[in-house]
Amino acid sequence: MKIALCFLLAVLPALARAQTVAPDVLAKTITDEVTAALKKDKDIQAGDTKKAADLIEIKIVPHFNFTRMARIAMARNWRSATPEQQKELTAEFKTLLVRTYSTALVNYKDQQIDYKPLRPKPEDNEVTVKSEVKPSGSSQPVSIDYEMEKTDNGWKIYDVKVGGVSLVTTYRDTFASEVREHGIDGLIKSLAAKNREPLGSKAGRS
Amino acid sequence: MEVKRLCAALLLAGSLAGCATSGGNPADPLEKVNRVVFAFNDGADKIVFTPVAKGYRAILPGFFRTGVSNFFSNLEDVWVSVNDVLQGKFQQGLEDFTRVIFNSTFGIAGLFDFASDAGLPKHTEDFGQTLGHWGIESGPYVVLPFIGPSTFRDGFGLLFDYKADLVYWATDSVPIRNSLYATRAISNRANLLDATSVLEQAALDRYAFVRDAWLQRRRNLVYDGNPPREPDESDDEPTK
Repeated sequence: MKIALCFLLAVLPALARAQTVAPDVLAKTITDEVTAALKKDKDIQAGDTKKAADLIEIKIVPHFNFTRMARIAMARNWRSATPEQQKELTAEFKTLLVRTYSTALVNYKDQQIDYKPLRPKPEDNEVTVKSEVKPSGSSQPVSIDYEMEKTDNGWKIYDVKVGGVSLVTTYRDTFASEVREHGIDGLIKSLAAKNREPLGSKAGRS
Repeated sequence: MEVKRLCAALLLAGSLAGCATSGGNPADPLEKVNRVVFAFNDGADKIVFTPVAKGYRAILPGFFRTGVSNFFSNLEDVWVSVNDVLQGKFQQGLEDFTRVIFNSTFGIAGLFDFASDAGLPKHTEDFGQTLGHWGIESGPYVVLPFIGPSTFRDGFGLLFDYKADLVYWATDSVPIRNSLYATRAISNRANLLDATSVLEQAALDRYAFVRDAWLQRRRNLVYDGNPPREPDESDDEPTK
């Protein structure tokens, strides 16, 4: 059992890096790696959001296409942004999402995550990988869907939907009204300001 | 009492529809009023509900809180199964009713959720979803005092949910009933404490973030997790 586990832990990261990894396997691998790391890390469990952010940076960030995420969130304003602005927007949006994710990670408890099997056709360039988190207590399982696209560097995630709520499109209206009122630079500024706020450590805990 | 308040809120929101200027989101023509109610709810939450929920979480052990949460969830499952049937989902209705039977007996009046472990997961259904299932549009977004995000359709559905609530029928004693309502509210709020900290971090504009997340969530629930793609969604750069 232990040997098998060691073998898995040694092989999984390598699998994740290989380009041919199927999208559902990739999503599961990333989640497994992160939850395994979380279970070992007492600091993150105690609410160290900085450390959680480092974990995300190493394990998760490489598998996301943040440019596309920023593009979706910006909708039609994306095209009126200069390449320089697009780069800044992407960077700030990425930071915001990573910080949000770290806040969520410190709240992680040992929850079971099930992946629905996926049979993509070879010609599929975009797929949805569906998973379900079984919460403790009696509440409905929460679905987590990963929207993924095929790239030259393997499959990349460009949206995550938690219980049907998209991490990306939920920002559309906020971004649009910010751009309407303060322009694209105004939006970049408020994202940057938001990202400079200190990370609350377990704000929900007393 | 609560029903009257709800009706008043809906009427108020409706009558203000004419004079409120619309912001960015076409689903939210009442944004101005909604923002005021949102700010009010937020204040009440900060001053009263969050501290009480935190206290509840600090004082009572986890198994106890889970028991309370399970107990109310079990009562709710009766109405969930009725709504399953009203939506023509007979299989799910049978499963959810089996949950009630199972959890009320083996789960000791619903304190334990054995049904989930036995492969009968909890579902979320209410009358607003039933209306949505039969094609009734959600109508404008509205923030109800104390209750929070809703829509015209879902707010209307809440009237039925309220009347079908087993806690409402459980006792003639108003004080006992009100204590049950309060306990349930505290338990629900305590379950959401972690989510609140994520929300604080995620949102640039909390009002807009909550609204857009809520509307997506309801749409997802109405379509039981498989909503058709919005034209907006599949296209990265909508042209109009």
